[in-house]
Amino acid sequence: MSPRPFRLRKISNLPVISGFKPYGNKKNGGKTESVFLHLEEYEALRLCDYEMLNHHQASILMAVSRPTLTRIYSKARQKIAVALVQGKQIIIEGGKIYFDSEWYSCKNCGCFFNNPDKQEEIKECPLCKSSNILNYEPDNEETDGALTRCMDICICLSCGFETPHRFGCPCKDEICPECGANMVRKGTPHKRNF
Amino acid sequence: MKVAITSNGNSLESKLDQRFGRCGYFTIYDTETKGIEFLPNPNKDAQEGAGPASVQLVASRNVQKIISGEFGIKIKPLLDSLKIQMIVLKQPEKSIREIIDMLNN
Repeated sequence: MSPRPFRLRKISNLPVISGFKPYGNKKNGGKTESVFLHLEEYEALRLCDYEMLNHHQASILMAVSRPTLTRIYSKARQKIAVALVQGKQIIIEGGKIYFDSEWYSCKNCGCFFNNPDKQEEIKECPLCKSSNILNYEPDNEETDGALTRCMDICICLSCGFETPHRFGCPCKDEICPECGANMVRKGTPHKRNF
Repeated sequence: MKVAITSNGNSLESKLDQRFGRCGYFTIYDTETKGIEFLPNPNKDAQEGAGPASVQLVASRNVQKIISGEFGIKIKPLLDSLKIQMIVLKQPEKSIREIIDMLNN
């Protein structure tokens, strides 16, 4: 049996620098070893700690499963900790990755186009210069491989209002539209559960 | 800035080719100097790998945008990493002259 195919990690942009160098090294006479932080690990760190996304949201953006994202993320932290403690320099390179971009459609001339440089926001159609553009999102949630919905239900403990659980959003952060109380997952052992 | 347009002939009256890798000609249009160049596509009858080979040809001309009817699955990640913008225009009746007029507006 052949092993399960490796899933390429999707990253949005290259980092603005290619590494970090320590200074004030007292040992080794200024010679520093290096730690190679892969681009996918940089991206996981950026999504989780800079953009403050949770692991599930970050995993969808990188087109991998949630456990894989957590593995990449913990590896990134491990490497950075090694670099800080042992005074090594960090070089950001390598990793099996691909780039992807957002797609837009123009309502004026009916064309589709993408945005290759995410630093700049697209405001007009590159073909007809019309500003009547729309963010085009192909329906590829199912093909992403990541689980994007479940059958769980969020329930309000004070009034009993129920709503389908939104994936990636903790139930306790959901506010009941009926009475304004925080909600919990239905069927889980909460203290005041039904 | 240079724009590549896929065409099925080497004149301004020829139509937009709906394929990228196996199109007849690439029209390289320079928006600053208004210069137009027609490149015959050597990968027109290639069995496979026409897309990546065409990307190489077009990228060697420092093109920043490509207008075509469709882009294959191998080409999209390539162009993304080269930071070339893809423009998909599903109008096979449009001539090269009309498209260049749209770009100049």
